[in-house]
Amino acid sequence: MGKETDSSRHAFDKRLKQAMDRNNPNRPAEAGSQGNDMTTVGTVLRAGTEMVAGLVVGVAMGWGLDRWLGCRPVFLILFSLLGGAAGVLNVWRLVRP
Amino acid sequence: MAAGSTIDALGQFELHPVLGGLGEALRFSQSPLMMIVASVAVLAFLYVGMRPKAVVPGRLQAAAEICYDFIHNMAVDTIGPEGRAFFPFVFTLFFFILAGNYLGLLPFSFAFTSHVAVTVALALMVFVLSVIVSLKVQGAKFFAHFMPAGAPMALAPLLVPIEILSFLSRPVSLSIRLFANMVAGHVMLEMFAAFTIMLAGLGLIGDALAVGPVVINVALMALELLVGALQAYVFAILTCIYLREAVAH
Repeated sequence: MGKETDSSRHAFDKRLKQAMDRNNPNRPAEAGSQGNDMTTVGTVLRAGTEMVAGLVVGVAMGWGLDRWLGCRPVFLILFSLLGGAAGVLNVWRLVRP
Repeated sequence: MAAGSTIDALGQFELHPVLGGLGEALRFSQSPLMMIVASVAVLAFLYVGMRPKAVVPGRLQAAAEICYDFIHNMAVDTIGPEGRAFFPFVFTLFFFILAGNYLGLLPFSFAFTSHVAVTVALALMVFVLSVIVSLKVQGAKFFAHFMPAGAPMALAPLLVPIEILSFLSRPVSLSIRLFANMVAGHVMLEMFAAFTIMLAGLGLIGDALAVGPVVINVALMALELLVGALQAYVFAILTCIYLREAVAH
């Protein structure tokens, strides 16, 4: 019973692969899946820090400008918003198709 | 280490002078010691690996050649033909970080990549290099990148600061990512090791329960091996991506 299902699934995989090859003969057959896995996991790990980094730079810059020019909340507010936008831009650059 | 019922998870990152009186005088801590060990390990691996110079490589030589090919392909595929010029830099960076991450997992060792000072220095090195290369290759056109092509001029006051901040966030994200991943991994290992010691103090039931954290730590070690390689890879590939943008006309 188990063996039969196993072999029928094997046959199905084979037919599926043939059909896929027929539809798209240029598809690289399982090539570079290792590298793609690595890149995918790397992308996921990057996304969070990219977003935070934009905000960190914005807040640090706003805080520094306020300290320097002595107009406390103005630049902090402005650059926090810009930094957040820069973080979103970073993530958009990362996942853009 | 866990003393009694408290867990000191961050004590492992403290720097102490090593090598007795000489280290005391030179303010020589574990961090530079492990950097030297990492550099020597990588150089020794390449030297010993490549010494036979066999046409059909042995195991060690094959390993050394795979390492060379891996980074060479990464640099040339990502940056383009100019990538060959940056290959030594990317190679050094990748294997320095990789060796640092992996040596830090050994008992009584120290992961120098878990210090933000080290990762910021590495990230700034990449950032400054990419800016210098950009200015050299593109000249003043480099600054045109801060205004996205095709955007209406009226939006420039908003878009240009965002682009500049996005550009400046590169070294921050590079350094924070590496440092945070290493710290998080080592803190988790320390926490679960401390749980084992605390549970073992509870007697017979504790002894049985203490097996749990040990099992988790074994799994965490596998995860740390993955994270260590992945972070080195991400650092190297991002260096390549930034350099590709720098050499693009």
